[in-house]
Amino acid sequence: MNFMASKQPENSLLGPEADSQRTLYPYVTGTSVVALKYKDGILMAADMGGSYGSTLRYKSVERMKPIGKHSLLGASGEISDFQEILRYLDELILYDNMWDDGNSLGPKEVHNYLTRVMYNRRNKFNPLWNSLVLGGVKNGQKYLGTVSMIGVNFEDNHVATGFGNHLARPILRQEWHENLSYEDGVRLLEKCMRVLLYRDRSAINKLQIAKITEEGMTISQPYSLKTYWEFSAFANPAQGAVGTW
Amino acid sequence: MFRNQYDTDVTTWSPAGRLFQVEYAMEAVKQGSAAIGLRSKTHVVLGCVNKANSELSSHQKKIFKVDDHIGVAIAGLTADGRVLSRYMRNECINYNFTYESPLPVGRLVVQLADKAQVCTQRSWKRPYGVGLLVAGLDESGAHLYYNCPSGNYFEYQAFAIGSRSQAAKTYLERRFENFTDSSRDDLVKDAITAIRETLQGETLKSSICTIAVVGIGEPFHILDQGTVQQIIDTFEIAAEQEGPAAEPDAAEQSAAAADQGGSTDEGVAPMDI
Repeated sequence: MNFMASKQPENSLLGPEADSQRTLYPYVTGTSVVALKYKDGILMAADMGGSYGSTLRYKSVERMKPIGKHSLLGASGEISDFQEILRYLDELILYDNMWDDGNSLGPKEVHNYLTRVMYNRRNKFNPLWNSLVLGGVKNGQKYLGTVSMIGVNFEDNHVATGFGNHLARPILRQEWHENLSYEDGVRLLEKCMRVLLYRDRSAINKLQIAKITEEGMTISQPYSLKTYWEFSAFANPAQGAVGTW
Repeated sequence: MFRNQYDTDVTTWSPAGRLFQVEYAMEAVKQGSAAIGLRSKTHVVLGCVNKANSELSSHQKKIFKVDDHIGVAIAGLTADGRVLSRYMRNECINYNFTYESPLPVGRLVVQLADKAQVCTQRSWKRPYGVGLLVAGLDESGAHLYYNCPSGNYFEYQAFAIGSRSQAAKTYLERRFENFTDSSRDDLVKDAITAIRETLQGETLKSSICTIAVVGIGEPFHILDQGTVQQIIDTFEIAAEQEGPAAEPDAAEQSAAAADQGGSTDEGVAPMDI
């Protein structure tokens, strides 16, 4: 039962406020984002899919964007809310630049700002329906953190959103180590993204990998992963358990 | 000549293009007891003269910690200074809460200056009657700023404000080129010496001066009286040994200080500083 939907009695005094509703469910969503710290900075991967419920409606959605000089933001969840967040951050960075002094907001500051925004929206029962990953490098310090739609935030050496938490993080816990080279980092991310591609129904085989270092941010052109479907267990999946798929 | 006609409102210009109320506010700063600041690449030291009204009372607080990385010394209407310190502390706390990062001192100083400017452009307000020496750390190192009641702010290597500050300024002008690379302890010694200059021969004791330090790896804190007295003692000894050479210098400075001392007595509003 939707207790949040506005069912107004006829003589309500609420006025225009009663006509708008708080966010109840997302419409166009992106799936997992996975990120890790490596030798020179942060590597982040996300596919380019935007699902409309169970339909894979949009296949060129960029879910990772640079923020200022030092940070990179990746998002899963409602795409329109991600765009709203980008507008907030655009304004934030604009005012930061307008000071025109030697100071600039680093990834830690942006991450905490986002936490405040997400948590405050959650308190008003009107969340921005996203799980965010914020990574960056400033003055040689690498930073990687995440914020959820209810304002839970933390930092770690590797983070993921959504299904990535269940499928990618265990792989990262086993195989991540300090000072990964760029090639090893990419290989590790691709391993995670491949598992997600096999097992997450909202994943598509078109991904981008973004890298951020002291020098700046680059984002790869979209590419696809090689997949293998000839495992013998796939040949007759109902063999061991009739009725299974 | 026209000073009296155009000095009632802060929003009235004089024909010469001056705002007398603002200038009078800056006078209030000059009447306050001295405060000095100096900085190196990594540290900033603030010092001030604290004279109690009588032996029975405590002295007024003129140095305030604003955050771990920012502190301020004031001269002038200490009540105004207290209120502005509270504003600065609030800004620092709010920034820290949102960004989990210290507010860069350069930005705080601009906010403070903008706040002071508002009071120079509202007919129902008066300018703050306090000058602030803001010491703090930034991404780019250690900084010392001076905020004026006019809404101007300047960055300094070393500066002194308040009564008889000219003596301290003269001392600092001679020595400032060395400050950038000074060690923290030398900087503190220079600060205490600069304060001594403003005392015009009166004995320097830790009970009448306050010293505070902030630096990279060293949060802002006020040095306790015992430490300050120890440092004073070390160079009283050195001064005795130097004795005859120091005297011609002392004579020059007391002459300069006396000129300033004379003008301060001339009928400007007696502020309880």
